[in-house]
Amino acid sequence: MFCREAGDFKTSYEQDNQTFPIKFDRYRYYAVLVAAFAVVPFFINDYWVNAVFLPFLIYSIAAIGLNILVGYCGQVSLGTGGFMAVGAYASYKLMTAFPEVSIFFHVILAGGVTSIVCVLFGLPSLRIKGFYLAVATLAAQFFLVWLFNRVGWFYNYSASGQITAPERSVFGVAITGAANPPWSAYLFCLVFTVAAAIIARNLTRGTVGRKWMAIRDMDIAAEIIGVNPLKAKLTAFAVSGFFVGISGALFFAVYLGAVEVGEAFGINKSFLVLFMVIIGGLGSIFGSFAGAAFLVLLPVLLKNTLVGGLGWPTDLAAHLEFIIVGALIIIFLIAEPHGLAQLWRVAKEKLRLWPFPH
Amino acid sequence: MLDASEGYTTEDGRKIGGVVMEMKNITLRFGGVVAIKDISFDIRQGEIRAIIGPNGAGKSSMLNVISGFYHPQEGEVWYQGTRRPPMKPYQVAQQGIARTFQNIALFEGMTVLDNVMTGRMRQMKAGLFAQAIWKGRAEREEVANREVVEKVIDFLEIQHIRKTPVGRLPYGLKKRVELARALAAEPSILLLDEPMAGMNVEEKEDMSRFILDVNDEFGTTIALIEHDMGVVMDLSDRVVVMDYGKKIGDGTPDEVRNNQDVIDAYLGVAHD
Repeated sequence: MFCREAGDFKTSYEQDNQTFPIKFDRYRYYAVLVAAFAVVPFFINDYWVNAVFLPFLIYSIAAIGLNILVGYCGQVSLGTGGFMAVGAYASYKLMTAFPEVSIFFHVILAGGVTSIVCVLFGLPSLRIKGFYLAVATLAAQFFLVWLFNRVGWFYNYSASGQITAPERSVFGVAITGAANPPWSAYLFCLVFTVAAAIIARNLTRGTVGRKWMAIRDMDIAAEIIGVNPLKAKLTAFAVSGFFVGISGALFFAVYLGAVEVGEAFGINKSFLVLFMVIIGGLGSIFGSFAGAAFLVLLPVLLKNTLVGGLGWPTDLAAHLEFIIVGALIIIFLIAEPHGLAQLWRVAKEKLRLWPFPH
Repeated sequence: MLDASEGYTTEDGRKIGGVVMEMKNITLRFGGVVAIKDISFDIRQGEIRAIIGPNGAGKSSMLNVISGFYHPQEGEVWYQGTRRPPMKPYQVAQQGIARTFQNIALFEGMTVLDNVMTGRMRQMKAGLFAQAIWKGRAEREEVANREVVEKVIDFLEIQHIRKTPVGRLPYGLKKRVELARALAAEPSILLLDEPMAGMNVEEKEDMSRFILDVNDEFGTTIALIEHDMGVVMDLSDRVVVMDYGKKIGDGTPDEVRNNQDVIDAYLGVAHD
């Protein structure tokens, strides 16, 4: 179990380039996939879908998107909430304007629209770096939320100023709206999450990923080696925007159903996704999942143990939850500044040799 | 002016070809400071060309002009028979000029293998969508370039640290990885900025051997800056000597060694 690599030899570079080079890991990955697609849907109910699975899957996509920008390309962004809003509003406009087209394509197109917007707001990154870029993307956050609040065209001039997802289905099964079965929304999001993870992994292990990481680690050296900084940074913004847009569209259409932009996609959302990326691990796809799981599941877990298990009053538990989650974030970051992904790597390295010290 | 087609034969019998790169009357100023003053020299196919000089002579500035990092106010850079318009450093790299840095400029967060693979950027052309799908074009390209990179890794004897993050390596190995990254690009000119700075004798010997082997096996044209006189005189075929931004000598190591201006620049002159 601990010496999983033993006897696992590679005879070609294709094999060496696999996502899971170790046989044990590979089978575990297939097992997780099979379980997620074929087992979980039969056992979940409304509570599990809405409290655990949907937020986890959707935030994972957002975290992967932001991780590409911040973790791989080194461009700090605080505009994630705004870009998720672009995805949400783009999908809303598309769903209402072309009701006969499948929602599947609406979500993907919403990602494309966000990608373009993200590139536009990424243009300053060619001149400014670090904290200053973060401030520039913060401007995007406030501007976009303001835009969706003020311009009636975006919310089809509805009286409340909210956008509400119309009922849509895929293969005859309702995905959005009130009447959808819990497993359909779950499967719909799962498809996008798995695809996002695979695409992100493919991009980051190839030339594009190396260009991004070169820019992150030392942009001047990267340029002298032949990386076009303009192209590398803007592709990172584009790919990141695509994923963040998809997550925004799913967050609105499948998870919430109705959205008020300032509430759902405010600056809090930007920070939440950024924390997921930092806690999970910058520059790691697994870290994006770990971070999303940590920040989505931990509050649920705490609430269930404190209220359900120990029988505490709800308000006390809610306050304590903030304290515990905050403290855990700090403890984790002190113990391992490179996030859960690094913690996992170190643990694996230690276990390989265990119980011997060397 | 030298004829581009004309070559010469070195003492050890290697044939040196025509002019690959020619600097014509380069002048580079930073405000009022003249870093390089009216310097001309050429680099020929297959030779090891050294640029030496005391501290602040403008050697690194010269290298930065070649790699497109600085743009000279006056003068022309001719590369492979055509005049090179002012271009960005990444465009210069895409033309086949690779370099290493005086202070190592590796990507610390990436493994040795990934660092060396970045050197192949010029040869890897799969688009974003092909890479997102991975199977097919992107994977074929990755494997084909990996084979070249593995040869370089093999050549520079860094197989054992292939998957180690560069941040964990000692100084001497980092220098070697940087050379590997530049070599992986299969450059037509390889620029080395003080490849032996801060090394002990064994490491210098290793590095010298690699430089000679690279030149010998791949026929790579090399331009290098170095402070260690012994190394420079042993390695290089021709030497440019700079002092205070001016060229004070140019020729074979023996010619340069006996040049009175060069001796004065290095040992100082008595003021009477």
